[in-house]
Amino acid sequence: MIESIPTALIDWSRAQFAMTAMYHWIFVPLTLGLAMIMGIMETVYYKTGDEKWKHTARFWMKLFGINFAIGVATGIILEFQFGTNWSNYSWLVGDIFGAPLAIEGILAFFMEATFIAVMFFGWGKVSKGFHLASTWLTGLGATISAWWILVANAWMQHPVGMTFNPDTMRNEMTDFLAVATSPTAVVKFFHTVMSGWVLGALFVAGVSCYFLLKKREMQFALRSMKVAAGFGLAASLIAAFTGDTSGYDIAKHQPMKLAAVEGLYEGGNGVGLTAVGMLNPQKESYDDGKEPFIFKIDLPKMLSFLATREADGYVPGINNLMKGGYTLPDGTTALSADEKIQRGKIAITALADYRKAVKEKDSASAEMHRKTLEENMPYFGYGYIKDKSELVPNVPLNFYAFRIMVMLGGLFIVYFIAVIFLMWKKDITRMKWLHIASLALIPLGYIAGQAGWIVAEVGRQPWTIQDMLPVSAAISGIETSSVRTTFFIFLVIFTVMLAAGATIMCKEIRKGPESSEQ
Amino acid sequence: MDSTYIFLQQYWWFVISLLAGLLVFLMFVQGGNVLLFFAKSEEERKMMVNSTGRKWEFTFTTLVTFGGAFFASFPLFYSTSFGGAYWLWMIILFTFVLQAVSYEFQSKNGNLLGKSTYRFFLMLNGKLAPFLVGTAVATFFTGSEFIVMKDNMTETMMPVISTWASPWHGLEALGNIWNWVLGGAVAILAQILGAMYFINNIDDKRVRNTSRRTMLWNSAIFVVLFVAFVVYLLLKDGYAVNPASGEIYIEPYKYLHNFLAMPVVTVIFLLGVVLVLAGIALTLLSKGFRKGIWLTGAGTVLAVMGLMMCAGYNNTAYYPSTADLQSSLTIFNSSSSLFTLKTMAYVTILIPFVLAYIFYAWRAIDRKKITSNEMKSGEHTY
Repeated sequence: MIESIPTALIDWSRAQFAMTAMYHWIFVPLTLGLAMIMGIMETVYYKTGDEKWKHTARFWMKLFGINFAIGVATGIILEFQFGTNWSNYSWLVGDIFGAPLAIEGILAFFMEATFIAVMFFGWGKVSKGFHLASTWLTGLGATISAWWILVANAWMQHPVGMTFNPDTMRNEMTDFLAVATSPTAVVKFFHTVMSGWVLGALFVAGVSCYFLLKKREMQFALRSMKVAAGFGLAASLIAAFTGDTSGYDIAKHQPMKLAAVEGLYEGGNGVGLTAVGMLNPQKESYDDGKEPFIFKIDLPKMLSFLATREADGYVPGINNLMKGGYTLPDGTTALSADEKIQRGKIAITALADYRKAVKEKDSASAEMHRKTLEENMPYFGYGYIKDKSELVPNVPLNFYAFRIMVMLGGLFIVYFIAVIFLMWKKDITRMKWLHIASLALIPLGYIAGQAGWIVAEVGRQPWTIQDMLPVSAAISGIETSSVRTTFFIFLVIFTVMLAAGATIMCKEIRKGPESSEQ
Repeated sequence: MDSTYIFLQQYWWFVISLLAGLLVFLMFVQGGNVLLFFAKSEEERKMMVNSTGRKWEFTFTTLVTFGGAFFASFPLFYSTSFGGAYWLWMIILFTFVLQAVSYEFQSKNGNLLGKSTYRFFLMLNGKLAPFLVGTAVATFFTGSEFIVMKDNMTETMMPVISTWASPWHGLEALGNIWNWVLGGAVAILAQILGAMYFINNIDDKRVRNTSRRTMLWNSAIFVVLFVAFVVYLLLKDGYAVNPASGEIYIEPYKYLHNFLAMPVVTVIFLLGVVLVLAGIALTLLSKGFRKGIWLTGAGTVLAVMGLMMCAGYNNTAYYPSTADLQSSLTIFNSSSSLFTLKTMAYVTILIPFVLAYIFYAWRAIDRKKITSNEMKSGEHTY
């Protein structure tokens, strides 16, 4: 048996989760986006009876199928990994966290699995209407599945609707609706799904431009571009809007994440948002006194406005969060990291004492410890923090990932507007620069999505569940070597799958739609 | 304990048993893929792959839902078993991961590994997954080596609640011959189901002959393994729990007692066994009989449910620990809270609806049987 949790075990377990999640997120957004685009195209076919739209839809479905298979393969690992590598987490919050996963299976996955079979094998076997419904239900299943898994993720970022039960030694759900419709979950859902739709649109536009560039399947390509551009613009605008809401939500519930994203060490009133900047690579810890930036350009008061909706609102920086002492929105004074850790340790000791008292049937003492536990429960997770510097997430990774995401998001909006405008006013079949730019945007779409998840997940470190459970207490007690081995097995399998999937996709694209029109 | 709570724990164990039954039945996909090995021509293999290829997602999804439902209803099992029997579950998962892309990729240009590699992945998953799932289910009776110490949560250096006592992390289950017996029975049953499914789903003489041929000796092995396990189970000491104190103790003939104490479970189990055997017998005896999959399939669901209910009901520890008897999991000490079980019970009301649309879509696709002509028609095939 293990005496203490080695840091290497935590690192490898995190690495494995991060790697499998990142691979999964290569395939999911395209699934979400393509599903909608295929649905729109098949709907046009259904309404007009125009066979060309059917061929167009079927081409994208073929690519959808290749992508979907790897999405499924990478997804199963994520679900079971909560048990295999984060077993303590699974017990402590299974009461709340298991529910969305189970609902996801029952409501979403079966819908996807059932209707994707009809979508692929049902042509000519089922009616046109049933087939169209199946295509939409496949996409709906994927989207519902995103809802529930993002509910689960949002709950980890901002836990609501539960209470800790010291007798069963776990958190128990008290309000299902609070969990399922938490504002954090709603914002996360729209932001994440929209980013998937944006990627789907970029993918369709890029691949269509490949045909324009090659001067093949021109009508097919223009048809696809039209759907992609409109759809992409709508999705990227909603993504930008929900991104802003998401920032406000983070400011309220995860101020440390916000500070890390901004590289903000000393906060204050009327803080500016860093538009462009370069971090000082010499800065190694939050309290080494070194300048955080080599240079930066601020948008005055913008961060305060985004975080508090007031131009002069107070935004704490990393040092403020560590030192405490500032006034919180509810009028109380913020605790320092040391005080929080202290309160966390009191909570954990009270929990141990409570359980001992219950075993010894000393109800008076049990009641007393229970009260102490309840008073300090909001800081419970801090009791596991060994060094307060663990509380600061990786600043450069968050800072740059965030900027990459936002800038690319802005670029996509401009791109979709440009495509719509050009298609309306001009003949884009000869605009070589546009074709090349569209192709180049496909990988950028993937990068934007990955960068977003880096901010979401690295930004909340060291917490598995914000303020409640750090990664070091969420883990399974297995040997580091086992996790390292499975990490490399997954890495090899997923990389080979990705390579094979990408090659197959390129070949299928080169082949083009089933019936050439010109 | 609140009687609603007790009822919901029993109800959720029923749901888990049902999902386990459906999962084992749906592993006809895995079993069917093993038969690729016995097919004589590429044409036969192509029809087989396309036949299971239209159903594999159901098996996959049922596995995922089984995991999710177990997580939501009995989280202590989820954390203890998955986090402890790490390698057993990981190997099962690896094979499912490989399977998931193998259908879609095998016949496509640019798949890098070649068709035979992907077919090998399908067969690997077909052989290993049912066997290891069967092995894992067998440990519900034979026990595993784990320790659950909730007080560990207050040890900040080593807060892990469930720890595995065997350094083999799940692979030690292969050291027990009875785990092999049940694992083997499940693996062979999957192949029998696969053969029956092909007989039903593929309109081709060669495939039907191949399937029937494999069924003959598979059925003989299955009956021997299955009967051996049932006899062992009925004679074996079991893990009982005192409902008042929660104390776990060894009770001789516990599982025999469970069957005697719960006639409904016994009837479900026996009916399942009869249906399994009837489906096999009718298929082997009558060449024109093609509905074996439905008889044996339904029988499989019922028989597995019967076994699972025998493992969990009547104050039995369904996941016994041989390392520390008192750590054994029961449906009482490992379940979610009353609130969660109740909320989730409302969700299960949707299950019949889900089953209905699966049935409807399945029929719509299968109305026309797979033929060699369809494989050449240029429609979507694997």
